Amino acid sequence: MWIYEKKLQYPVKVSGKNVRLAKWVITQYGGPDGELAASLRYLNQRYSMPTEKTKALLNDIGTEELAHLEIVGTIVHKLTKDATIEELKAAGLAGHYADHDRALFYVDAVGNPWTAAYIQAKGDPIADLTEDMAAEQKARATYNWLINLSDDPCVTDVLKFLREREVVHFQRFGEALNDVQCYLQEKKFF
Amino acid sequence: MAELEERMHLLKRIREIEFVALELNLYLDTHPDDTQALQHFNRAADELAELKKQYEQCYGPLLNYGFGKNPGNTWLWAQTPWPWEM
Repeated sequence: MWIYEKKLQYPVKVSGKNVRLAKWVITQYGGPDGELAASLRYLNQRYSMPTEKTKALLNDIGTEELAHLEIVGTIVHKLTKDATIEELKAAGLAGHYADHDRALFYVDAVGNPWTAAYIQAKGDPIADLTEDMAAEQKARATYNWLINLSDDPCVTDVLKFLREREVVHFQRFGEALNDVQCYLQEKKFF
Repeated sequence: MAELEERMHLLKRIREIEFVALELNLYLDTHPDDTQALQHFNRAADELAELKKQYEQCYGPLLNYGFGKNPGNTWLWAQTPWPWEM
């Protein structure tokens, strides 16, 4: 069960419309290392986790990623809602307009739709947690590249918050991985 | 205008305390016996509950499905702006 809280985890302000920036930022909405992939990956891996710590962590980080998905969606919406057709064309979003108008969609920076092939659940907790740690690093790197591309200081501020969260999640997943390794060792000996 | 400012200030407080609680929550997931972190977590949870109550009394429910009360004679949940509209 999830309860919705009618506010963002971190406030989103933008300096003005910026269609070009939106086209890049949307990759963290529906791209390979984006927030949708992160949330769905973690929430789905919960079921086959063996320890208290790992189940709790995947549940809670998977939930936080949904809050991040909403933050990224809000950035893209605010950057594009008043865009003219000419501006959409100039930013390479004519194709997006043809399929979705100014609606959001789960796509990467070049328009590829989201696919479950981005994520995995191996059933092996070591493999899954290692994937999760890699996912956090890939997301951190993506936010880095987006910060390099951003020409809106307000958006950059939000991207920096999101980048920091990836670092914290990576740390916590590392601790959970240690926990699982200890658990599997004990199982072998007793 | 003053009302909007007050509302935004209270929302900012809620956001801050909620972030403290979230961070401690993730930390406690992997450090369940850290009693100091537990104390901080419980203190944040108390403060958060108080702030949310205060917010909801003035501006309507922050949470859906009955996790927040709706004061007055109209359903405020659907009337207050959505996060992407603020």
